Amino acid sequence: MEMQFGVFSVGDVTPDPTTGRTPTEAERIKAMVAIALKTEEVGLDVFATGEHHNPPFVPSSPTTMLGYVAARTTRLLLSTATTLITTNDPVKIAEDYAMLQHLADGRVDLMLGRGNTGPVYPWFGKDIRDGIPLAVENYALLRRLWREDVVDWEGRFRTPLRGFTATPRPLDGVPPFVWHASIRSPEIAEQAAYYGDGFFHNNIFWDAGHVRRMVELYRRRYEHYGHGPADRAIVGLGGQVFMRKNSQDAVREFRPYFDNAPVYGHGPSLEDYAELTALTVGSPQQVIDKTLTFAEYAGHYQRQLFLVDHAGLPLKTVLEQLDVLGEEVVPVLRKEFAARTPAHVPDAPTHATLKAARAAEEVSA
Amino acid sequence: MTTRRIAVVSAGVGVPSSTRLLADRLAAATTSALAERGVTAAVGVVEVREHAHELVDAVLAGVVAPGLRPAFDAVVGADGLIAVTPTFSASYNGLFKLLFDALDDGALDGKPTLIAATGGTARHSLALEHAVRPLMAYLRAVVVPTAVFAAPEDWAGGTGGAPALDRRIARAAGELADLVAARPAGKGPDPFAEPVPFEQLLRGR
Repeated sequence: MEMQFGVFSVGDVTPDPTTGRTPTEAERIKAMVAIALKTEEVGLDVFATGEHHNPPFVPSSPTTMLGYVAARTTRLLLSTATTLITTNDPVKIAEDYAMLQHLADGRVDLMLGRGNTGPVYPWFGKDIRDGIPLAVENYALLRRLWREDVVDWEGRFRTPLRGFTATPRPLDGVPPFVWHASIRSPEIAEQAAYYGDGFFHNNIFWDAGHVRRMVELYRRRYEHYGHGPADRAIVGLGGQVFMRKNSQDAVREFRPYFDNAPVYGHGPSLEDYAELTALTVGSPQQVIDKTLTFAEYAGHYQRQLFLVDHAGLPLKTVLEQLDVLGEEVVPVLRKEFAARTPAHVPDAPTHATLKAARAAEEVSA
Repeated sequence: MTTRRIAVVSAGVGVPSSTRLLADRLAAATTSALAERGVTAAVGVVEVREHAHELVDAVLAGVVAPGLRPAFDAVVGADGLIAVTPTFSASYNGLFKLLFDALDDGALDGKPTLIAATGGTARHSLALEHAVRPLMAYLRAVVVPTAVFAAPEDWAGGTGGAPALDRRIARAAGELADLVAARPAGKGPDPFAEPVPFEQLLRGR
């Protein structure tokens, strides 16, 4: 079992609460790239960027950023967290990510999400109340665009297509692997299960009981739709860490960032939030111990992404966190997860394994 | 006898609280009224004050603390709801609203509900009609016609006070018991237990 470890970035431009200084967009964009390169350098597997179309976020154009990172890395898997399947044109997603696949020699997958910023929908001509129907219809089209050379299509949300071919075709005829992300909608777990795609639950916002419910639903329905036993479904989880050698130092240094963070700042205490969710602030050993508990409520899973760079943390600090992850945390987690995971649990699909599976299908056909 | 679950939400801020006093009397009257209809009531009380910090955290950060989950489950899973608030600034108080803000959409869909309030003067009694009833209507609860308001004089003896309040309580409880007893027990479909099949989602429902 080779579990995938990586980082995912929201790409927020947030003032550092300890200095009051706000990075420029240029600094933040370059910082995201530095984090991606460091992710490979320290021996992690995945870098995933968010997609946003409103301040204070910078990553509006994920494939531009990932294309640049692809050119400067050799092993790193490039992904998203998340690609907006609701407000993006599925035709453009099909083309952008196929192009990225070619440039990155197949080191690409993507995580689809709906986006929860109300005004983004009307800015792109959509309605947030259609979030689920948009995700369902757009993804159904996206799949066909990657799998069929010539597509005739008509739907509710997009102008019809007649004799359309998305170019370039996916690398080796193999579409990128897709994860569906949802923190609260059972319909999205159902969608991931129906297609036999991956399901990602960003548990940094939720308590273990809720995470268990969502992942169990996906696993049960994955089996229902005939993709294999529930415990072989492909699951990814989030996590959020801040580490120092001594846990008291970690808490002291991280507290002002936590207390003023977007999303949960001025709400629960750091201690309560860490107790409830996948946040760990402490020593590397505490991060190891806590991360290993995720499989207790989500089952054996394939991908673990950490949030390390939000809430105004300076780049230097983030890179230190990545050093600790690479040197002290992830090597132990790899060994421990491998030892605990039964042999029949598959790894997350990659371009190489999907290509091999396709070749095998063609031989047997 | 069959059993129905009754959730009592009391958003008083004082301890002891006249809001809780009214809530308990409504719960007792509803239990009696259900018994007359051959139904056993299982009453669960949610003192909103005890969950105040957890509710703020839930609204700000989306996390549901372990202590808050049973309160949510009690309200969502109830066959009938008794919702009682003190009157603050001519309306329900913030605590009361916070609980309903923090619940998922659809949590009160079709739920038989009795609304009640306490206040410093009887002149606030219409707060039930212009504030609480519209809130519950928005949440698609089925609110019984009689809403119960208790002003300070209602706790006094004599012909105008306690007997009149008792009559209003009994009438409202009877209306709630009629609705609750007429419906099958149990909560609606659990979207996690019974998801909408994907073929149906693909067809656009």
